[in-house]
Amino acid sequence: MALQTDRNVMSSKIVVGLDGSASGERALSYAKSLADKIEVCELIVAFVIEWSPYAFQSAEENAQRHKRREEEIEAAQSRIVIPAVTSLTTDGFVARGIVRHGDVADLLDKIAVDNGADQIVVARSSEGGFVKRVFGTATQSLVMHAHVPVTVVG
Amino acid sequence: MKSVFAALVGLILTASAALAQDEAKGLDQVVNEWFAALTGPFVTFIFAPLPFTSFPWIVLWLVIAASIFTVYFGFIQVRGFIHSIRLVKGDYSDPDDAGEVSHFQALATALSGTVGLGNIAGVAVAVGIGGPGATFWMILAGLLGMASKFTECTLGVKYRNEYPDGSVSGGPMYYLQKGFAERGMPGGKFLAVLFAIFCILGALGGGNMFQANQAHAQISGITGEFPGWITGLIFAAVVFAVIVGGIKSIAKVTEKVVPIMGVLYVGVALIILMVNYDQIGWAFGQIFTGAFTGLGVAGGIVGALIQGFKRAAFSNEAGVGSAAIAHSAVRTKEPITEGYVSLLEPFIDTVVICTMTALVIVISGQLVTDPETGLYVLNEAGTAIQTVGDTSGVALTSAAFATGLSWFPYLLAVAVILFAFSTMISWSYYGLKAWTYLFGEGKVSELIFKLIFCVFVVIGAAASLGPVIDFSDAAIFAMAVVNIAGLYVLMPIVKDELASYLGRLKSGEIRKFAH
Repeated sequence: MALQTDRNVMSSKIVVGLDGSASGERALSYAKSLADKIEVCELIVAFVIEWSPYAFQSAEENAQRHKRREEEIEAAQSRIVIPAVTSLTTDGFVARGIVRHGDVADLLDKIAVDNGADQIVVARSSEGGFVKRVFGTATQSLVMHAHVPVTVVG
Repeated sequence: MKSVFAALVGLILTASAALAQDEAKGLDQVVNEWFAALTGPFVTFIFAPLPFTSFPWIVLWLVIAASIFTVYFGFIQVRGFIHSIRLVKGDYSDPDDAGEVSHFQALATALSGTVGLGNIAGVAVAVGIGGPGATFWMILAGLLGMASKFTECTLGVKYRNEYPDGSVSGGPMYYLQKGFAERGMPGGKFLAVLFAIFCILGALGGGNMFQANQAHAQISGITGEFPGWITGLIFAAVVFAVIVGGIKSIAKVTEKVVPIMGVLYVGVALIILMVNYDQIGWAFGQIFTGAFTGLGVAGGIVGALIQGFKRAAFSNEAGVGSAAIAHSAVRTKEPITEGYVSLLEPFIDTVVICTMTALVIVISGQLVTDPETGLYVLNEAGTAIQTVGDTSGVALTSAAFATGLSWFPYLLAVAVILFAFSTMISWSYYGLKAWTYLFGEGKVSELIFKLIFCVFVVIGAAASLGPVIDFSDAAIFAMAVVNIAGLYVLMPIVKDELASYLGRLKSGEIRKFAH
């Protein structure tokens, strides 16, 4: 699940939360510009597949769940995370990727804390219907509850 | 295998022929007569009384099994209750396994297959025939049944089939075959095939016809009488769209709405009970007294006991084996954890929800009593307690709830339709797994079963409650006959799993995860 380059000791770490959209690309670009300014910096590209252990599923969906999970991880890795990490390493950055299932805000924060990251960079969520207007987006939730500084790229 | 298949196809053809022959009688009547005649011998055998008594052997079979499992596993439903809740909360779930089926999801899926008409109509049938005392036996059956579920669901996970593409198939068919082989016992394959046949019948009966039948009763109770086959055709079309057409949006909506309906149903029951709080003590008194004196109901104490155990088994399906199919989808490293989680099902389904329904019916005064003796008055046929408005089944529950909230029948109608639909979808899966076990996985084989399933929706809605409920009970209990016979042989395996798990839990090898 994780990609690791073989550069030396890191002194700073930034978690970049991607969502597969163009706004995620802006977050990645901003993180690169930040990393450029730091002498030694590791970029952790994180993609969280929204999932709740409390969602209701049919018996048939349950039986297919493991297969779907593998497909979801594979799709996230091949379409979003690996291209992003490859692009970063090609540009000379130290980078690795992480794909997880769960609550986006909670997990981005947890990844940052677990990896000793100094900050999280995410994009402003541009897509959102009625539900997100009422209950807020993952970005809003992250800003409210994160244990490390969060930069939201517009 | 082929003969089973031929018999089932023959069943459909016979139905079609009978229908074509006698249109003058009215479609519902023809369906009813044909169905009662065809299923009669099977029903008679399953509910045959023990020699020199009126006590059905099948009820004793279930009670003894649940009691044996309870003692054999050291009252696991009591000492494992808190641990079960911790498992469902995810305290022991590895965060790295996020995205797999959670314990909560497995529990919710299995519950959506059991919570439904059994809790609404089944309880009314039990209380209507067996009196309030039936509730006591129902609760007892629910508590004992927790141990049966624990046993079968542990085995369901342990012996499931995992395919190269990551999908799984599990259930009694698989643990009977593999478990017996592992213990060096003969007959596992035979029992597995027998179980699969009964599971198909159970899916078509209790998981389908009973649901369609009661959904029609509820709709016609509000709109006025109209032929059942019309409701059947509409239901069949929707079920067809989901299970054959793969239209997941309908199933998705149901999955979201059914839990809300469940919570709403319990909520309304609680409100009615709170408003009538001063009668709760009296109602429990009726339940307890009725359990040991009969209070004048048909069949006395034995009648109450039989109804209580029958309806509890039909509602929570403990020992039936269906839950083992639903739970086998969880990719846990510890099969016993699914056993723990599943033991909550009879508790939620029977001990909590069924008891609430029964209390509301008793408190509502829908059951007619003799003011002088205090005993219940039987109907003209002497088969059940006379009710205000001569209601039974779901109509009795509806009338009872309406005494507290007049608009409730409308909500209940929607709830019944959704419960019926979600139970049908769940059972179509259980039946399908049994079918593919017998005839192999494959699109054509699966399609045949799904089409048969849809035909039975129409038959179920058109037939009258008596034959449908008898066949539904008989088919589901037949599953329990085979499943429990297998569980006796395989329970030492579960005991070993339990001992190993508890040992590692105590040593700290299995620990809670920080979330």
